[in-house]
Amino acid sequence: MNKKLYTVIIFSENTVGLLNQITIIFTRRQLNIETLSVSPSAIKGIHKFTITTWAEKDMMNKVVKQIDKRVDILKAYYNTDEDLVHQEIALYKLSTDLFVKMKGVEDLIRKYNARVLEMNEDCIVLEKSGHYAETQALFEELSHSIGVLQFIRSGRVAITKSKVERLSDMLTEMEKKANG
Amino acid sequence: MDNTKEKITGSEALLRTLIAEGVDTIFGYPGGQVIPLYDCLYDYSDRLRHILVRHEQGATHAAQGYARVSGKVGVALVTSGPGATNTITGIADALMDSTPMVVITGQVPSALLGSDAFQEVDVIGIAQPITKWAFQIRKPEEIVWAISRAFYIASTGRPGPVVIDFAKDAQVGTVEYEYKKVNNIRSYQPIPVIDPESIAAAAELINNAAKPFALVGQGVILGGAEKELFAFLEKADIPAASTVLGLSAMPTDYRLNKGMLGMHGNVAPNRKTNECDVLIAIGMRFDDRVTGNLEYYARQAKIIHFDIDLSEIGKNVPTDIPVLGDAKETLPAVTALLRPSVHTEWIASFASDEQEEYEKVINKEIHPSADRPLQMGEVVDKIAKASGTDAVLVTDVGQNQMMGVRYFQYGRTRSVVTSGGLGTMGYGLPAAIGAKIGAPERTVCLFTGDGGLQMTIQELGTIMQEKLNLKIIVLNNHYLGMVRQWQELFFDKRYSATTMENPDFTAIGEAYRIQSRTVGNREELDEAIAEMFAGEDAYMLVADVETHGMVYPMVPAGAAITNIIMGEESHE
Ligand SMILES: Cc1ncc(C[n+]2csc(CCOP(=O)(O)OP(=O)(O)O)c2C)c(N)n1
Ligand SMILES: [Mg+2]
Repeated sequence: MNKKLYTVIIFSENTVGLLNQITIIFTRRQLNIETLSVSPSAIKGIHKFTITTWAEKDMMNKVVKQIDKRVDILKAYYNTDEDLVHQEIALYKLSTDLFVKMKGVEDLIRKYNARVLEMNEDCIVLEKSGHYAETQALFEELSHSIGVLQFIRSGRVAITKSKVERLSDMLTEMEKKANG
Repeated sequence: MDNTKEKITGSEALLRTLIAEGVDTIFGYPGGQVIPLYDCLYDYSDRLRHILVRHEQGATHAAQGYARVSGKVGVALVTSGPGATNTITGIADALMDSTPMVVITGQVPSALLGSDAFQEVDVIGIAQPITKWAFQIRKPEEIVWAISRAFYIASTGRPGPVVIDFAKDAQVGTVEYEYKKVNNIRSYQPIPVIDPESIAAAAELINNAAKPFALVGQGVILGGAEKELFAFLEKADIPAASTVLGLSAMPTDYRLNKGMLGMHGNVAPNRKTNECDVLIAIGMRFDDRVTGNLEYYARQAKIIHFDIDLSEIGKNVPTDIPVLGDAKETLPAVTALLRPSVHTEWIASFASDEQEEYEKVINKEIHPSADRPLQMGEVVDKIAKASGTDAVLVTDVGQNQMMGVRYFQYGRTRSVVTSGGLGTMGYGLPAAIGAKIGAPERTVCLFTGDGGLQMTIQELGTIMQEKLNLKIIVLNNHYLGMVRQWQELFFDKRYSATTMENPDFTAIGEAYRIQSRTVGNREELDEAIAEMFAGEDAYMLVADVETHGMVYPMVPAGAAITNIIMGEESHE
């Protein structure tokens, strides 16, 4: 078993029920979705899914082909971390009281490159973006010092290093082919 | 008329779009959420023939049978809720077997969606994993687009089922009707672009092969590439065998046709799979019933895989050279680069395996000694000979299916209607109805089991009502025979839940006004066969066959494809 973390990137038409169509392909192959992020892409009407999953390469190939085959999917492919710039965003809710009394707060914020998003009498909300390990490290450090009231981490967003995602070129190609 | 922009109801828009898409037959069953549509159908009965089935599962299998023989898209129409859920088996079957079908389900008015309204069910959610596309129409404006898109998707590329869920308010609302055909979808490329390099590489491999062997799947039939297949096989003198669904792409008596592959396939092609040097798969998907244990499958061979579906390449068997595209185009492209050659010795080497199978299995099955009960194989063989080579074979699932496909004879393409990938018992009778309606000029012979017949036996009513000339042969072994066979071989003869007390099938047939006869010996069998084919009406021949009959040869599940049981000890 040679499992690796893969990032699957999918462009699709914005139609109802697509997420379901995608996730059932993972389910059938018994792959857990580690993170998932869906949002409109740079092109109007086209959605982008970013999904991470632990899998073997051969399995990843098969799954991506099965996703790509769905009628409303424009393109699906996968990458490993080396090919990607990727980030997750994490929010940490802390007690204001404890936070202001805590030693080295500023150093901590600087060290992790975090930001204060909200500050009121009761709570403080920090934000940090980064790789999983980085957002996790801040979480652990805060947990051990003043405790974290609430914690949430987003799914991964990613962009390939090597080539521009020429989705608009690809679309023009597709439409040309379809009409020609 | 159709191109002036007049306002019509959604129901009428749907029916007109169906007609514009070339539909003339619908298999269906009415109910609360499609009453407006059925009301409209009343006015269109001169252009749309509606076949009232007796259960919605039957509508889907009939639509499948219709599609398989005619090459057209089969259409089923049912109501919401239970009507829709009853179609699930047929939809799943059509996806597995790449059968073009559009299923239209009624749905509660869109304002009630999600509220657990009477007979509401999440059809799209249920259907998504088993369709090529599933779409809910909520507004009359969506009808033309959705229906035309449904036919485009169902029939192009690798065909498959599409579900259209039709909300009641969209049926009764009005719309300016204008038919506009959908013939492209930017996110969907039904036929991959041919890669000249793979064509050249495939040709080169075949040109250098000493022992090439071709596996013919349903893709050849779906692509209408039979002639192209013959040209290809002839030029390089390549022996070939079929998957169950690929049967009839080549006539039974064709020189290079070496029979059927797989678990109950012929000995020679299964063994030769592991002896050839180049294995050429054409429009087939290396199903586990074809390959047996992959660890021992064609390890010695270079593998070329022709397919229209990229996701099939390398799915089960690693491929050396994928040739993507429509077989009707890729086969001639490769053929053009082939050097004419002859493989006389290689082809002749199949004969000893064929002889061995004939002696150990076939001869005993079709020419049993006089003291033995009727054998399934002999019944099929006799009927195959009496029905002529133009007949269509329809089967149910189980021993009757394997005996049917093994011993029937094929004279032309699109002659086999059977549930391959899903193995759906109950498929046979309704599929035969669809096949007869899709090919009214052809003789249609259904072989079914006592078990499978009782899963959809109510469709005898459809045959009665439509006065269909179907030849129904019930191979009655009083057992769920195929399961019993596994119990005999692998479970110590512990016949758990496989014995069946059966009704008098002849009486049931007669109750449906279908001439019926039970036969238990060879003389009666011959008489009944003659009687069956003499008439122009439906006929049910119930053959009381050996209760403990076995289908051989058999490759046990999970065994290597060369690990073939012939059952020599039994029968003696
Ligand atoms: C809907 C469905 N249920 C169960 C099965 C499992 N199954 C496969 S073959 C078989 C026995 C079929 O018995 P019968 O119809 O009498 O045919 P025979 O094998 O005896 O010819 C069964 C139960 C199936 N294939 N489909
Ligand atoms: Mg039986």
